Amino acid sequence: MNLIDPTVVDLSRLQFALTALYHFLFVPLTLGMTFLIAAMETVYVITGKPVYKEMTQFWGKLFGINFAIGVATGLTMEFEFGTNWSMYSHFVGDVFGTPLAIEGLMAFFMESTFVGLMFFGWDRLSRPAHLAVTYLVALGSNLSALWILIANGFMQNPQGASFDPVTMRMQFNSFLNLVFSPDAQAKFVHTSIAGFVTGALFVMGISAFYLLRKQHVALAGRSFRMAALFGVISSMAVVTLGDALGRLDYLVQPTKIAAIEGLWQDSNAHSSAAAAPWLLFALPNDATQKNDFEIGIPYVLTPLVTHSMDKVIPGLITQENQAGPRIENGIKALNALEAYGQTHDAADLAAFKANEDDMGYGFLAQRYAPDQNLNQITPANQGAVIAKTEKDIIPNVFVTFWSFRIMMFLGFYFVALFAFASYFSLRNELQKHKWLLWASMWSIPLPILACEFGWITAEAGRQPWSVYGWLPTFQAASSHPVGYMVFSLIGFAVLYSTFIAAELYLMFKFARLGPQPHHEVPDEGATPMFAARAAE
Amino acid sequence: MELFVALKLIWTLLLGVLLSGLAIMVGMDMGVGTLLRFVGKNDAERRVALNIIGPHWDGNQVWFILGGGAIFAAFPTLYATSFSVFYVVMILLLFSMIMRPVAFEYRSKVDAKKWRGAWDWAFLISGALPMIIYGAAFGNVMQGVGFHYTWTGQFFQDESFLSYLLNPFAILCGVLSLSLSIYQGGTMLMLRGEEPIYARARGFAIGGALVAAVLFIIGGMWVAHINGYVFTSPVDPGMAPTPLNGPGVAVQQGAWMNNYHAQPLLWVLPVLGVLGMLGGAAMAAARKPVLGWWLGALAWIGVIFTTGASMFPFLMPSSTMPSQSLTAWNATGSQYNLGWMLFFALVFTPIIIAYTSWCFYVMRGKVKAADVAKNTHGY
Ligand code: HDD
Ligand code: HEM
Ligand code: HEM
Repeated sequence: MNLIDPTVVDLSRLQFALTALYHFLFVPLTLGMTFLIAAMETVYVITGKPVYKEMTQFWGKLFGINFAIGVATGLTMEFEFGTNWSMYSHFVGDVFGTPLAIEGLMAFFMESTFVGLMFFGWDRLSRPAHLAVTYLVALGSNLSALWILIANGFMQNPQGASFDPVTMRMQFNSFLNLVFSPDAQAKFVHTSIAGFVTGALFVMGISAFYLLRKQHVALAGRSFRMAALFGVISSMAVVTLGDALGRLDYLVQPTKIAAIEGLWQDSNAHSSAAAAPWLLFALPNDATQKNDFEIGIPYVLTPLVTHSMDKVIPGLITQENQAGPRIENGIKALNALEAYGQTHDAADLAAFKANEDDMGYGFLAQRYAPDQNLNQITPANQGAVIAKTEKDIIPNVFVTFWSFRIMMFLGFYFVALFAFASYFSLRNELQKHKWLLWASMWSIPLPILACEFGWITAEAGRQPWSVYGWLPTFQAASSHPVGYMVFSLIGFAVLYSTFIAAELYLMFKFARLGPQPHHEVPDEGATPMFAARAAE
Repeated sequence: MELFVALKLIWTLLLGVLLSGLAIMVGMDMGVGTLLRFVGKNDAERRVALNIIGPHWDGNQVWFILGGGAIFAAFPTLYATSFSVFYVVMILLLFSMIMRPVAFEYRSKVDAKKWRGAWDWAFLISGALPMIIYGAAFGNVMQGVGFHYTWTGQFFQDESFLSYLLNPFAILCGVLSLSLSIYQGGTMLMLRGEEPIYARARGFAIGGALVAAVLFIIGGMWVAHINGYVFTSPVDPGMAPTPLNGPGVAVQQGAWMNNYHAQPLLWVLPVLGVLGMLGGAAMAAARKPVLGWWLGALAWIGVIFTTGASMFPFLMPSSTMPSQSLTAWNATGSQYNLGWMLFFALVFTPIIIAYTSWCFYVMRGKVKAADVAKNTHGY
């Protein structure tokens, strides 16, 4: 059996991680800003006050600068499944490709067609029509998040498909199970709202910059308040949904939740499951399989994760030890499957079916089998292969633990920041609390950071699986020479650094410049849509 | 006919529709990008050219994304194999494609000669290169590609990328595709542009259409001499979709003409293609860009369906392991999946066509240099 070059696998993982993280520098801002802009335009259409049109157009311009790279880097993602993860694409394309295609049909077309009108249609559309267009852009971008997260939800908790021994791949069998996977739904809401937090803090931070310099005060004050209120609700929702995600991990991804919590031993290793501490700070050591140092709060972990007082969370070491029998069954399953491919014999099929659920663990063992061929595992060497494979079933604990902690601490910080911001902004006391304005400004990049670490938690915590329990990451990669990877990595490095430099340059340029007074036709739009509102 | 076979056939037709839609809509924008430095002699003119497709390029580009997504879902093995077998070429295509969105959005935001000049080059590369690669990929696929699968379905590449880059038939197909995009882009520039852009675009549209016609005819004659593929044992179109354990396949020179011999009615397709090109050149010459644009679309449909009809049911034959060639029968998704996908396509395609048309309608009319100079929301 031919096997894949581990260097190619590692470089493919690196490339995917970097390009996905890069795409996600821009996406959250799109998700959030489209709705904020739509809200501003709504106020404009209702009140007819020109300042709201100015707000819509100014924030719209910054949105456009961000959007372009979001689109460009999204193209990369769409390609990479096929170019770099061809076994993956073959193995789950029948179910995973579908949400991606629907995303194109339902979301990308809508978002991208109307974004053109949003920028170019100001003079050609009536005000309500333009407003509708802006809402469609916002809806489109968030629908795109829905479908991509349904796809990602399938990787985290594969449901809606089963393995077919004839076509040798997962085949789609339940649309409803795929779409209403609790993982996918919770991820969607958490991620979209994380985008709202990002958009809100971006608008609030830049407004704070103007307020500090006492420039564009009318626009900045209003923008600040809208963003702060939007942010307070969103940041609380993000934390709530984060809790839901953690609980889902406990239910369907036991290795991930144990890594997130730095839990090597079962949670009842202390006096009882209930007493288990929730670690505020720890230094997980993947080599020695314990935490070098830890500070925890007793009696918090169990209720937090399991929403009960007595359920035990299995530790990582226990999970490793329990994987042995599954690996053994998995090897049997794959050997039976290979035989079935040649013989089409019912007995081989039955032997496969008996161990089907552990097939993925067989794949996992492949790299330790003699000649990387599972057929060559004998009773004599089986023990050694299984012992090595067991060590592979858990993710990198240090990375998972800390990326989760950073996201979460930031989450609580945002709730506090937006709460203060709303309070003082509603009382018109912002200028008395300069520290808040400074904090808002310097916090602009933090939600993006939280998003990135959230993804690292989700994706690094899923390892070693590409499709949890079914397909290991190292099996999922394409088989091509290392040179190809070097070529693409260099290209990405060059192009992506150019893009980010250009983007930051333009963002700073236009943010510093601020909204420009209109040198077009004097705002004919002072006539309000609703006469009653205009009277006030 | 069995439901699964019907679905496989419908999706193979839809594959042709998608590839045509992509070529027409994205090709038009690519053509404008390629021509940008030639139809616009100064910055003001170039900005007019960009604003002609400014409101539409992003929506059009989704044809390309949808192309990827739909092939992923409806033909998973084809997606997995074609994207990685052409890795180097695909990455080059990707690199040029991702420059474009950034170029549109950033070019006119800074008023400096060097900045804008650099982005104008980006437009040229990101317009011409993808079209060449798009055509060349067809040329390569027709001749068969070196790949095979192991028993798990893991795919392996048996040929170096150099043979795909330096291959005369593929290069011909690449230039054909570039010419068609220049023709299509030229008519679009005529449609919404004024003098002097109009006159220059007209020249390119006529030229592009005529070159395409010549290359298409040469290509057609060449096909009789390249290797085609035929089944050597009976095929069950309702087979489980997997390239493992397939029927026997043999390589045969000129086999791509077999379908035309068996079914002479198919000659309508290449004839439509040639008519689209020659008619389009005539319409551009007669200053009828709207008709010219639609004939350009017809030309693309003619070319893509001509190719599809000659290869059917093969989609991507393997030159090193012909029995593992990908066909319309063995490369699709499951019946369940094809059914759901068809449902979504039927619901959303009319909606998409409706709002895309509305968007073009709202933005109708000539783009004037004076308006572009004033407008702070344009490119
Ligand atoms: C502004 C950004 C942001 C903030 C403040 C938070 N998150 Fe988050 N989180 C994300 C942005 C994010 C994300 C980028 O949207 C992720 C990555 C994958 C996903 O579905 O959402 C994510 C993933 C993610 C995961 C992994 C999901 C998986 O297994 O796939 C968990 C368990 C949490 N979050 C939990 C939390 C908790 C408990 C938070 C606060 C107390 C929190 N998040 C704040
Ligand atoms: C949580 C993960 C993701 C979310 C929420 C997300 C969301 C978005 C959003 C909102 C956009 C609009 C443009 C922008 O970014 O500003 C976008 C663009 C895009 N994304 Fe992602 N994306 C994610 C990951 C991916 C992945 C993994 C793929 C690969 C299939 C992908 C493919 C694309 C494509 C092709 C575009 C360009 C669409 C266009 O032209 O409008 N995205 N994505
Ligand atoms: C845009 C936000 C995302 C980010 C920042 C992100 C991040 C990452 C990271 C860090 C890895 C590498 C994990 C490792 O090898 O240790 C990875 C792998 C991967 N992710 Fe994501 N991811 C994102 C969204 C998605 C989505 C939405 C999908 C699917 C639709 C997806 C599919 C994959 C695949 C196929 C791999 C490679 C194989 C694997 O490791 O399983 N990612 N991603």
